[in-house]
Amino acid sequence: MKILVPVKRVLDYNVKPRVKADGTGVDLANVKMSMNPFDEIGVEEAIRLKEKGVATEIIAVSVGPAKAQETLRTALAMGADRAILVQTDDEVEPLALAKIFKAIADAEQPGLVILGKQAIDGDNNQTGQMLAALTGWAQGTFASAVNVDGDSVSVTREVDGGLETVKLKLPAIVTTDLRLNEPRYASLPNIMKAKSKPLDTKSPADYGVDTTPRVKTVKVSEPPVRSAGVKVADVDELVAKLKAMGVHS
Amino acid sequence: MKTLVWVEHDGSAVKDATLAAVTAASKLGEVHLLVAGAGVDGVAKAAAGIAGVQKVHVADNAAFGHNLPENIAPLVADLMGSHDAFVAPATTTGKNIAPRVAALLDVMQISEVLSVEGPKTFTRPIYAGNAIATVESSDAKLVLTVRGTAFEKAASTGGSGAVEAVSAGGDAGLSSFVGAEIAKQDRPELTSAKIIVSGGRALGSSEKYQEVIVPLADKLGAALGASRAAVDAGYVPNDYQVGQTGKIVAPEVYFAIGISGAIQHLAGMKDSKTIVAINKDEDAPIFQVADYGLVADLFNAVPELTGKI
Repeated sequence: MKILVPVKRVLDYNVKPRVKADGTGVDLANVKMSMNPFDEIGVEEAIRLKEKGVATEIIAVSVGPAKAQETLRTALAMGADRAILVQTDDEVEPLALAKIFKAIADAEQPGLVILGKQAIDGDNNQTGQMLAALTGWAQGTFASAVNVDGDSVSVTREVDGGLETVKLKLPAIVTTDLRLNEPRYASLPNIMKAKSKPLDTKSPADYGVDTTPRVKTVKVSEPPVRSAGVKVADVDELVAKLKAMGVHS
Repeated sequence: MKTLVWVEHDGSAVKDATLAAVTAASKLGEVHLLVAGAGVDGVAKAAAGIAGVQKVHVADNAAFGHNLPENIAPLVADLMGSHDAFVAPATTTGKNIAPRVAALLDVMQISEVLSVEGPKTFTRPIYAGNAIATVESSDAKLVLTVRGTAFEKAASTGGSGAVEAVSAGGDAGLSSFVGAEIAKQDRPELTSAKIIVSGGRALGSSEKYQEVIVPLADKLGAALGASRAAVDAGYVPNDYQVGQTGKIVAPEVYFAIGISGAIQHLAGMKDSKTIVAINKDEDAPIFQVADYGLVADLFNAVPELTGKI
């Protein structure tokens, strides 16, 4: 079966985001951009399923600017077989993303779509669930284990309080959580090889999707800053402070 | 505006996260609740008693027993014909169901709402809370998930909502529940605890976590937490994790022990009322947010604290 893996180009997770002075967003000029870490886990999981003989082809897809090609090349270097860039300079909301992925899923007929549970810029945590609704497929979100067995897949999910396992009919949607796997680094030969793997460029209009935002960002501001308190000299002083607040056994 | 609030429950009691969602919904308009599950009469009665609730829709069906979104989302979408906003707590259950509902309704969800600024205007965190966005929806109906720590909890008693059975929906035949491993603890849950004692990488081992962190938590009746570093190192299970990739908490008192204070950890606990940090590195970033900081070797200081508190 084919696996479709959406990937997003985002501000690198090691870079501290800075809010623009005019309050229109976060400054992305001249900062390091990388593949969304949860999507990287998705690519890795797809590759492992191919290595196990479960998957036959991995298609990476990204919706974003021309530079999102770099993100797709990273996915190809890790082990994806081909890529589709749906090129747009507009910010595309999860609902419109899900509509684009639905159109691609209709065309490609994958057995699984594996997405990151959220992108670390917008932190929406929506696209996978929305795609599941639009395709009418089952969803296994926040996955920490994925096991395909015949025409179904068992997904162990990270839930509040522990883990939960569900069995889903294929085709299905999976979204990744951090502990699903540790993504591999692409080797230099594979990075070179990735340059010649096929990468198609499309536009949202090719899929008949209107990406006009439904939600307007009025402003973006810095979070309230918490100021440092006092240092206490020793445990006795700390105990006194805590007791004064009513904290004791 | 009529709102429909998802009631998070464990089959017998309403979970606290629901109460914060009720408060958020009450800022938008009339509060209706949805209790879905198998054998949920008791939950429905308790839900009807939440202050400010006008109506409780009860969908009692084996297909709703394990919160499978494939079965629940169509039920909610159906009820949304007569409601204007669907409000779910931003728990793993709420986050699983709400976007599926939003797509069925063809609306964009607003995730992790921190405040209600107007009928369609909200604030929400982006970039792991490093920025706060004020956003305005243009959709005809709203779908929101609500961050529990950002809203006061509605009183769980004093209300007298009308209970009404819903017969819609059933098993979509797409998914089934296999099993769960939910840690049973004689402790408050992390997300609703008044006091949390969290340990970090500096503990060095699972044994030391048990030896140093647990007795202090026991003495204070506190919930146990950990940094991602401690989880990744295998000292404790993942459901202990506080931070951007774990749980978002805001207790009365948060003890950060041997935790340096990475951005990703601070994103999960910086709204705590009082933060106490114990760390031997006086330059640790945790001290920049701590109300009370103690620069000390945790292996001496914490047992001493446990003994004296």
